[in-house]
Amino acid sequence: MLKITNLNVYYGGIHALTDVNIEVNEGEIVTLIGANGAGKTSTLRAISGLVPIAGGTIEFEGKELNKVPAHKIPYLGISHVPEGRRIFANMSVAENLQLGAYCRKDKSNFEQDYNQVFEKFPRLKERMRQRAGTLSGGEQQMLAMGRALMARPKILLMDEPSMGLAPIIVEEIFSIIQDINKSGTTILLVEQNANMALSIANRAYVIETGRITLEGKASDLLKDESVKKAYLGG
Amino acid sequence: MSLVEFLQQLINGLSLGSVYALIALGYTMVYGIIGLINFAHCDVYMVGAYIGYFVATDLHLPFVPTLLVAMLGTAIAGVLIERIAYKPLRRSTNISLLITAIGVSLLLENGFNWLFGGNPRTYPHDILQQSNVELGPVHSDTLHLIILGTSLLLMILLQVVIYRTKIGKAMRATSTDKDAAELMGINVDTTISATFAIGSALAGAAGVLVAILYSSIDPYMGIQPGIKAFTAAVFGGIGLIPGAFVGGIILGVIETFVTAWYSQLSGAIGFIVLIIILIIKPSGLLGKKVSEKV
Repeated sequence: MLKITNLNVYYGGIHALTDVNIEVNEGEIVTLIGANGAGKTSTLRAISGLVPIAGGTIEFEGKELNKVPAHKIPYLGISHVPEGRRIFANMSVAENLQLGAYCRKDKSNFEQDYNQVFEKFPRLKERMRQRAGTLSGGEQQMLAMGRALMARPKILLMDEPSMGLAPIIVEEIFSIIQDINKSGTTILLVEQNANMALSIANRAYVIETGRITLEGKASDLLKDESVKKAYLGG
Repeated sequence: MSLVEFLQQLINGLSLGSVYALIALGYTMVYGIIGLINFAHCDVYMVGAYIGYFVATDLHLPFVPTLLVAMLGTAIAGVLIERIAYKPLRRSTNISLLITAIGVSLLLENGFNWLFGGNPRTYPHDILQQSNVELGPVHSDTLHLIILGTSLLLMILLQVVIYRTKIGKAMRATSTDKDAAELMGINVDTTISATFAIGSALAGAAGVLVAILYSSIDPYMGIQPGIKAFTAAVFGGIGLIPGAFVGGIILGVIETFVTAWYSQLSGAIGFIVLIIILIIKPSGLLGKKVSEKV
């Protein structure tokens, strides 16, 4: 479904990604784990067209994305939940969700989509009219995910959904990610919390200083000695 | 000052203030979306007055079509200025953008001076029939009321556009976070262009209204009202649309009353108000420190 071949990206004069190859098949949860600054976010930003691609290709459903401008990407069925949530803090929760559906041409099923989002995130419903900036960190993460789902994506790119959240909220978020995947959305998940990510993913890639150093089934990587040592705290 | 005098001055003040507000909206919208104090904005106001002048004198169009043509013309001018002068600098420092804006401002002023001469031109008298209006004991004239009415109507329209339409939503999203807006599928370039178009159209309308009021235009006519409108935008809280509205109206009213009391102060009062507000509340009347959770 999503195929990244020999991707090279420069970011602020730094060679952020070197010959990165990643493939995501339909229906999978694939996770990309690595330390801070390893190139996880750059990978997602390259897919979404937010950083220029210096070399290699990104293909989605057989279509090359290299030259597609960022604002056309969501129309193809790719939604990106960015690092740090990036919700529209001055706007209401409802308006944030409406913006999520900005790229949708069929407005008829709006109600249904709202309801689906509220089913997954009941707390957002209570806060519909509230300014998004007043939500708690966990709620903001939920809003960012709900906003992305309003676009009815085929694939959801998620950047560090666990960042800055209490463990109990992280559990909740990850179980929702599994739900979203079960209802048919493919997921590419970027995480520092390797343990959580590997426990829900089908396959995983490990990225170090801009290069993929390891890949395989998530369950295998959980047992891998080098992964354990570097990312799972022993 | 008697009550009747007070009310008469109030109408004049509101009408002047609504013009400041119209111009201030353009400053604040552009600041909100690309963080630029668009110094060329006051010259877009002048361009509007000139377009109105040529439409009214050469084509003999009445008031409403003249206003609309001027708004369309300034909208196009605003978009061109953004595309040619500001867009290539979007990723550069704010200071280069600011200097470019000053350059565009000088170019417009001196370009118009070169093209049409520096002598003031007189607007046709028959574009709006002036007559006195008596509201009970209060005397006013149609001109002030039409200016006030037109400005209020345009500002209501702006509110509708910003809060009820797709492009308005895109504008608000883009001004909060450009990358996140792109991730929603919003074309940020188009949205910025739309912001310039709308802000410039409002300034163009203000240009025509003031030109009719004072019946005279020249290439440097934008400087004074431009600075005052900018003051109004800062006064209300720069980047906030209701702030521009409130700031413009209050500044207009204060200026009118102070001028009636001591006319020598008319040019300075705006700045006195600005200094006071910046000392007491630097974020402006409606501005607040937004605390956001990370």
